[in-house]
Amino acid sequence: MTAQTLYDKLWSSHVVREEADGTVLLYIDRHLVHEVTSPQAFEGLKLAGRGLWRVDSVVSTADHNTPTDHWDEGIKDPISRQQVETLDANIKSFGALAYFPFKDKGQGIVHVMGPEQGATLPGMTVVCGDSHTSTHGAFGALAHGIGTSEVEHVMATQCLVAKKSKNMLVKVNGPLAAGITGKDVALAIIGKIGTAGGTGYAIEFGGEAIRSLSMEGRMTLCNMAIEAGARSGMVAVDDKTIDYVKGRPFAPGVADWDAAVAYWKTLHSDEGAHFDAVVELDASEIKPQVTWGTSPEMVTDIDGSVPDPAAEADPVKKGSIERALSYMGLTANTPVKDIPVDIVFIGSCTNSRIEDLREAAAVARGRKKAASVKQVLVVPGSGLVKAQAEAEGLDKIFIEAGFEWREPGCSMCLAMNADRLQPGERCASTSNRNFEGRQGQGGRTHLVSPAMAAAAGIAGHFVDIRSL
Amino acid sequence: MKAFTTLSGLVCPLDRANVDTDAIIPKQFLKSIKRSGFGPNLFDEWRYLDHGEPGMDNSVRPLNPDFVLNFPRYQGAQVLLARENFGCGSSREHAPWALDDQGFRVVIAPSFADIFFNNCYKNGLLPIVQPAEVVDQLFRECEAQEGYTLTVDLAAQTITTPAGQVFSFDITEHRKHCLLGGLDEIGLTLQHAEQIKAYEAARRQAQPWLFA
Repeated sequence: MTAQTLYDKLWSSHVVREEADGTVLLYIDRHLVHEVTSPQAFEGLKLAGRGLWRVDSVVSTADHNTPTDHWDEGIKDPISRQQVETLDANIKSFGALAYFPFKDKGQGIVHVMGPEQGATLPGMTVVCGDSHTSTHGAFGALAHGIGTSEVEHVMATQCLVAKKSKNMLVKVNGPLAAGITGKDVALAIIGKIGTAGGTGYAIEFGGEAIRSLSMEGRMTLCNMAIEAGARSGMVAVDDKTIDYVKGRPFAPGVADWDAAVAYWKTLHSDEGAHFDAVVELDASEIKPQVTWGTSPEMVTDIDGSVPDPAAEADPVKKGSIERALSYMGLTANTPVKDIPVDIVFIGSCTNSRIEDLREAAAVARGRKKAASVKQVLVVPGSGLVKAQAEAEGLDKIFIEAGFEWREPGCSMCLAMNADRLQPGERCASTSNRNFEGRQGQGGRTHLVSPAMAAAAGIAGHFVDIRSL
Repeated sequence: MKAFTTLSGLVCPLDRANVDTDAIIPKQFLKSIKRSGFGPNLFDEWRYLDHGEPGMDNSVRPLNPDFVLNFPRYQGAQVLLARENFGCGSSREHAPWALDDQGFRVVIAPSFADIFFNNCYKNGLLPIVQPAEVVDQLFRECEAQEGYTLTVDLAAQTITTPAGQVFSFDITEHRKHCLLGGLDEIGLTLQHAEQIKAYEAARRQAQPWLFA
């Protein structure tokens, strides 16, 4: 048998049928559902008189619209409230394996909730009407975002109409330097291959640096595969994967555990498997990353400076840099360390897990928010992350530093709830997108790791966390 | 789904790379539980001078005269000409819904983000990939000639310029078949229900832990 990549194995094990042109029906094991991209899909099912093909494949929560403070007051925005209540009603009428509604202790960002519940398992196909579904690839699963028509299609048929992507291996060689996180690795990769570098590919992340990352770090990395253009990113299964899954609510029970583990251990690329593209990075060269523009590929490191459009020959790229600097209110050649911040956001499906909060708290401990910084928001990824952080006393560290400790949700990553930047405000954010208006119209986003964000909140500008 | 066969449409050039789905339809409009009505908020932050929120009367909002979609010469455009990596970012199908609602039926670019590209087909919107030099040429011609239209023939897989120059494009047989017929993809898939059930039964046998 020919050597297969991890992606080849995951793909071929889910093909129900294949057409002559290579279009397949791909079986979906897990369907994660949230309030923003599902109402039109449920409506479509109702209009056609269809139900869910497999109720026990659906795991759902409300995350994008939920407020992160004053939960006693409910959801004040009537349109947001209607969307969340529509999900409540749809789950009640169609059913689900599990539902974590607004204020439930298991509620949280769908990509934090899935793994922590054991609803994401190695070898699965996982879809969700959300591009950051790539996160779940960290478990050796094939996971990607889909649109609402596809959400309805999966609900009705348990399958997706799909075509296979090409294989890309991104190999990060050697050990990471101290203080370098999954976020820095993700941004460094995007800086190298660009936001369209992975378009048409499924990316497997490998190499010593990737193996050394915790499951949280791997989730952060796979989460941002979509920012490199790849719908799915993945990491081979190893002992860390299996240890993370064990004992979680929807993980296999004792009766199935050994068989499951035996299968999961086959979920890696075979020796000699063919990749259509291979990208290699030297881990030792990766420093703390900071984006300066309005696309995640507009990134440099803490020792870098804002680029000069005059130095760019390509007219389309030059125009993009000029427009980005204008939007961001930055001057060419400004050192990153000289950029002041107004707001800090620590949260999102990229960086709101317990390890992320520990890293931010380690920086905040015994220090105070800079007077020039208006607000530092810390938004845990789920109710369970929040409880764990409070059990470890992290909330007290944040509050003593002058940070705000909030309820879980997507929050200021995309600002669908009340947490948003005002025009012109500059934010050090642990989220995934620095697009124009992403965190609020006119808001200016710099993507960084949790430790870098916390440090910017303390210093009032970007600083090298390795020097703290 | 809406069928697509042929179209002769006015072209609107959007000369920016990496146009993301947040720019195509900002997040505040994603709170809607409907599929329609997104057209007036297409490119909202670029198109208007004020901040848009759901429920506003868009007809009285101040338009940004410098944004291409507001130029009198591009009113009624059905073909959007774009740069590389169009539609990057989130999976929101509200992006093709907004383009469709505004009246666009075709988007031509050197490259598209995968999820957006896929979402277009589900809504009778045809995304066409052309080499960067062809897109450059179309941008030049479109900007030089008022009333510039392109003719798109899906069955023949061709784009024809006003001067009669013909460019061909690729599309998978499955997508072409569905678009030409305006077919209900769920209905098509359910024709294979027995095969899905057989696959599922075998999977349940081999990996029982995946089933509750």
